[in-house]
Amino acid sequence: MLADKDRIFTNLYGYQSWQLDAAKKRGDWDNTKDIIEKGVDWIVNEMKSSGLRGRGGAGFPTGLKWSFMPRESDGRPHYLVVNADEGEPGTCKDREIMRHDPHKLLEGCLVAGFGMRAEAAYIYIRGEFVHEANVLDAAIEEAYAAGLIGENACGTGYKFDIYVHRGAGAYICGEETALIESIEGKKGQPRLKPPFPANVGLYGCPTTVNNVESIAVAPTILRRGGAWFAGLGRENNTGTKLFCISGHVNKPCNVEEEMGIPLKELIEKHAGGVRGGWDNLLAIIPGGSSVHMLPKDVCDTVLMDFDSLRDEGSGLGTAAVIVMDKSTDIVRAIARLAAFYHHESCGQCTPCREGTGWMSRIMDRMVTGEAELSEIDLLLDVTKKIEGHTICALGDAAAWPIQGLFRHFRPEVERRILEYKKSRNAA
Amino acid sequence: MPTLKIDGIEVEVEGGATVLQACEAAGVEIPRFCFHERLSISGNCRMCLVEMEKAPKLIASCAMPAGEGMIIHTNSDKVKRGREGVLEFTLMNHPLDCPVCDQGGECDLQDQYIAYSGDDARYEDERRIVAKEDFGPLIKTVMTRCIHCTRCVRFADEIAGVPALGGIGRGDHMEITTYQEQPFASELSGNVVDLCPVGALTNKPYAFSARPWELKSTETIDVHDAMGSSIRADARGREVMRFLPRVHEDVNEEWISDKTRQAVDGLKYNRLDQPYIRRDGKMQPASWEEAFEAISAKLKGVKGDKIAGIVGDLCDLESMYAFKGLLNDLGSSALECRQDGAKYGGRHRAGYLFNTGISGIDEADACLLVGTNPRKEAAVLNIRLRYLAKRGVIASVGAVENLTYPAVHLGDTVRALEDLLAGKGKFAKSLKAAKKPMIILGAGAVSHPDGAAVLKLAHDIADKYGMISKDWNGFNVLHHAASRVGAMDLGLVSDKGMDGILDGAEKGDINIVFNLGVDEIDLSRLEKAFVIYQGSHGDEGVKYADVILPGVAYTEKPGTYINMEGRVQKAQRVIFGPGEAREDWTILRALSEKLGSRLPYDTIAQLREKMQADYPHFANIDQLPNEDWPESFGVAGKTSDAPITNLIDDFYQTNPIARSSKVMAECRQAYEGAKFEAEAMVTNG
Amino acid sequence: MNISVRNAEAFEFTPENLKWAAGQLAKYPASRKQSAVMPLLTKAQEQNNGWISVPVMEYIADMLEMPYIRVQEVVTFYTMYRQKPVGKHVIEVCTTTPCWLRGSDDVVAACKDELGIGFGETTADGEFTLLEVECAGACVNAPVIAYKEEYYEDLDNDSTRKFIRAIKNGDIIAPGPQTTDRHKSAPQGGPTTLKEFCATPGGDS
Ligand SMILES: Cc1cc2nc3c(=O)[nH]c(=O)nc-3n(C[C@H](O)[C@H](O)[C@H](O)COP(=O)(O)O)c2cc1C
Ligand code: SF4
Ligand code: FES
Repeated sequence: MLADKDRIFTNLYGYQSWQLDAAKKRGDWDNTKDIIEKGVDWIVNEMKSSGLRGRGGAGFPTGLKWSFMPRESDGRPHYLVVNADEGEPGTCKDREIMRHDPHKLLEGCLVAGFGMRAEAAYIYIRGEFVHEANVLDAAIEEAYAAGLIGENACGTGYKFDIYVHRGAGAYICGEETALIESIEGKKGQPRLKPPFPANVGLYGCPTTVNNVESIAVAPTILRRGGAWFAGLGRENNTGTKLFCISGHVNKPCNVEEEMGIPLKELIEKHAGGVRGGWDNLLAIIPGGSSVHMLPKDVCDTVLMDFDSLRDEGSGLGTAAVIVMDKSTDIVRAIARLAAFYHHESCGQCTPCREGTGWMSRIMDRMVTGEAELSEIDLLLDVTKKIEGHTICALGDAAAWPIQGLFRHFRPEVERRILEYKKSRNAA
Repeated sequence: MPTLKIDGIEVEVEGGATVLQACEAAGVEIPRFCFHERLSISGNCRMCLVEMEKAPKLIASCAMPAGEGMIIHTNSDKVKRGREGVLEFTLMNHPLDCPVCDQGGECDLQDQYIAYSGDDARYEDERRIVAKEDFGPLIKTVMTRCIHCTRCVRFADEIAGVPALGGIGRGDHMEITTYQEQPFASELSGNVVDLCPVGALTNKPYAFSARPWELKSTETIDVHDAMGSSIRADARGREVMRFLPRVHEDVNEEWISDKTRQAVDGLKYNRLDQPYIRRDGKMQPASWEEAFEAISAKLKGVKGDKIAGIVGDLCDLESMYAFKGLLNDLGSSALECRQDGAKYGGRHRAGYLFNTGISGIDEADACLLVGTNPRKEAAVLNIRLRYLAKRGVIASVGAVENLTYPAVHLGDTVRALEDLLAGKGKFAKSLKAAKKPMIILGAGAVSHPDGAAVLKLAHDIADKYGMISKDWNGFNVLHHAASRVGAMDLGLVSDKGMDGILDGAEKGDINIVFNLGVDEIDLSRLEKAFVIYQGSHGDEGVKYADVILPGVAYTEKPGTYINMEGRVQKAQRVIFGPGEAREDWTILRALSEKLGSRLPYDTIAQLREKMQADYPHFANIDQLPNEDWPESFGVAGKTSDAPITNLIDDFYQTNPIARSSKVMAECRQAYEGAKFEAEAMVTNG
Repeated sequence: MNISVRNAEAFEFTPENLKWAAGQLAKYPASRKQSAVMPLLTKAQEQNNGWISVPVMEYIADMLEMPYIRVQEVVTFYTMYRQKPVGKHVIEVCTTTPCWLRGSDDVVAACKDELGIGFGETTADGEFTLLEVECAGACVNAPVIAYKEEYYEDLDNDSTRKFIRAIKNGDIIAPGPQTTDRHKSAPQGGPTTLKEFCATPGGDS
């Protein structure tokens, strides 16, 4: 188990104050000037050597991403955009950072912003997080007042502003280009790529979008060194990670653990185990709703990191572990997710706009069994016709949970359909 | 210049081209719904998917920049399956009502369905029904058919500059609509009908009136403004059913104004289909013979200097040439075409042309508008000015109106031009800095009481601010009358101008006035004179007429027109005129015979031959002239504070055809007070 | 909606909100006023009793020099903007899978029963509106209700009823876990990590 001394989010649960003086006691804003004075290249290299992969779901190497920002300014400002839209079902970690440890995020904005020659950071926080936005605003005010950000951030002569932009209810705004559109005051509809945000992002300027957690861990990494972070977890899957354990566990919770911790250990150690015991486990969605579920036998041994879960045909995603015990109506659990994606499709591209509704309607019938057996293959074909054909990854995200269901629980659906037919015939 | 391989064919394309364009260059057709060359790329329909080697997923070819060494497959199984899937999704909520759809036979979706859909409809749930939207009198909506390509929305924003359309709601609840049931109040709105790939937006006045295969199409030229837009007229029997744009890259690209398209019913109503003579104070039907007799009797013994002739805004060169011949033979020299009282003279062609050329606007980086609202005077040309406003700066002198783009307002009197010539103001600096600056004088400028001085000032401004160089002429007159440049070329101008004729008629110095399609002047001033009206419609011009000779409309005769740029273009006959109406030059030719001085041609070919002998440049079909820049034109003089105004305030009512159109009248009503944006946005500099 | 209705109920920011709006505009480049449309709509909705009327849209559009349809697009895209009047108390129940797994059906049933209305409806007295929402982002504290600026967590049927009755009585209920004594998103019974840090409570939010 990860030692407390290697935990970054020491106020994860908010036992202590979020405010500046308390944050400083926890080590935030400790000689940030020093980090900045080491220069852009040092920062980016240190981030690269830490092996940190983005915590927003896709797992793209953070240092590498920062290095995509133009080295020379062509006159356009650069922007850092922090993705605090946190909408992926099962995920609730960024919320904790923002309400209990906002200064980690703000300090992260400064060093990351400096590392990409940005003049400002916009933190895009989902509209429902009103409390969290208020805390962030207050923390930003503290940071300005203390000279940590603003005209002469931390006394470095570097000018850096941080703004909070509140969303208003749209999961799709977590997609980085939809998020940019949303900050620009439009519908949150993803943009076509290329061009990529590092070239043409917010206001047409070079922009990097990073998850809250990715940014908030940066100061600690830079303070303790990339090597320290890289020493935790496994190769290519380094460091610590916030896990959100929800569903049928005895003690649902958030926890910071080492990457690559066995799933079973994670649940038993921190979440009080599966309700009714490990053997009562049916399946787990290990990375937020958008990844394939894992049946129990895989859960027995799988490690919680990008590569291990990818090898199982799933993904680490946001590391939101949704646990389902044997009492779960697994078809309904996935049907509800299908409804979620249908509700959240932005409506821009054809396969997702039309396909999510189609899938959701079939899934609803599968719950009751009021479907034809042939519709299973039809449904799977529909998922295949959405997957890979859309502008953004929401289409894939909508397709995968359904594919996962049928990979592992097809007989259950077939049983329902046959049973329904039987009951109809009997009646 | 990247080189790509498309299905094994190597192609080289220009930098900035897309994969879709590269495919086209390789002769491979890519299906599409949302992509349109003249609109921004939205990449949302996903129909254009192709396979790119090394890419994990299919790519939308319309949105992918062509890159060096790309290897593209457009007919692999993966592509086929992808497109089939997209098509199935597209059709899922699309009603299968092709038999009752006005787009039937002209529908992109129908075509793709035939090409790509193998499966029977597998979607069995209920289809989405979308409430009717009201886009106004010109566009019929069946939004249930909409496939959300957003072409119409992008057109409204980017081309029309009237951001009235949008997609509200999210996901499959998204609906394309106008704001709060406001109409799509743009002079260009009808183009969305052509852009809509399905039958969601169709031509409302044309609804259900004909199926494509019943129509006979004729390629011709529009006369509702002075652009000479290329159009196609579709007729059934003896009726023109609709107009569609044709592509002319240098003139109208592929757009036409709503008047060009929808004043078509004006060709049906209010027509003059037989001659009339005023008897006992009342207009009474007459035979051609009687009408000619009445004219001949009246003209007997009248000296040429008592006779005047005016030509209107829609006349073709042939009729004006014959008209001039006839009146000259009668000894008259008081000939006029400047119904609006414009002050330019006929001496310097560069002084009354749109010298920059319409597509030349695309090169300009600064523009001064004087006394014009191009949105109303040449709606399609205004599109290019909008793009100019994005690249450079536009300023205006005259009335402040919503042009669909911001313009710096310099004032509304001639003083503003004097100040500019003196180098005063910020815009003077912008003009100086511009590489290709231009000035556009509208009718409001050249017909101003100080019009001659305005012309002189504009000439000198052009000189001073580098608007004239070897390969650039930034001086422009924006005409709104299709006949005007031709009439000027023919010399249908008199020294005393239009006022000279009207004053003369009032004073009794002029006794006989022959009006060829003249409907835009204050005709009551001709009350004392004997007025012959020859034209197609019973509009303003017939009110004070003593003899009416029924001519045909522009769709009913072959004719040549010269547009504002000086571009000579030929219009074709689409149908025959109504009743006893005749092609205008033949009327004049017959009348000349009656009057004893036969015009020397019997066929239109002979007429044209003679006309071209007199005016050799009339033979230069579809070419942009390059006129010498004169030392000077206009007249310097003291100027007044009379405001410069715009002449056209109602786009929908500018000529007899438009005024006879019920559809145009409806537009005028429906758009009144349409409110969809903050006015400040487009009128502030 | 026709023009006369549109002009009927005017809207305009209070001086205080107007000042606040200026502060929001200052966050974005001067040429990017449109960026402020979301915060301004949110504030306007607050001032306008919880919903966005046509005059609100047009007021904001004029202020930001945006075409009206662009504002309407925004209003209809984001679920937190409400396009019709709502009750004084808006109860938002999350029913997405993580909440459903932990009994959001019971929470929904309690709400419907206590209030006598279904999703999307407002009580006849105009006091309550009940809304179903997608994942609230507090899944380890499921099931969750969002009310005013806070989340009410770890709910079940009884605690939901209690929660609603308290609102009816005008009582103030502390947000956070309702059925457990756990601290925020720490596991019930106390954290398994960071015991040292957690031993010194001082948290205030
Ligand atoms: C539909 C969709 C929703 C997403 N939602 C979020 C989100 O809520 N938070 C987040 O950080 N990333 C989200 N992402 C991922 C972002 O697009 C982006 O990859 C991420 O913010 C990058 O940050 P990182 O490199 O730090 O992980 C989402 C992606 C998609 C396709
Ligand atoms: S995949 Fe869905 S959410 Fe993403 S752009 Fe397409 S319609 Fe919008
Ligand atoms: S034409 Fe390419 S996505 Fe529509």
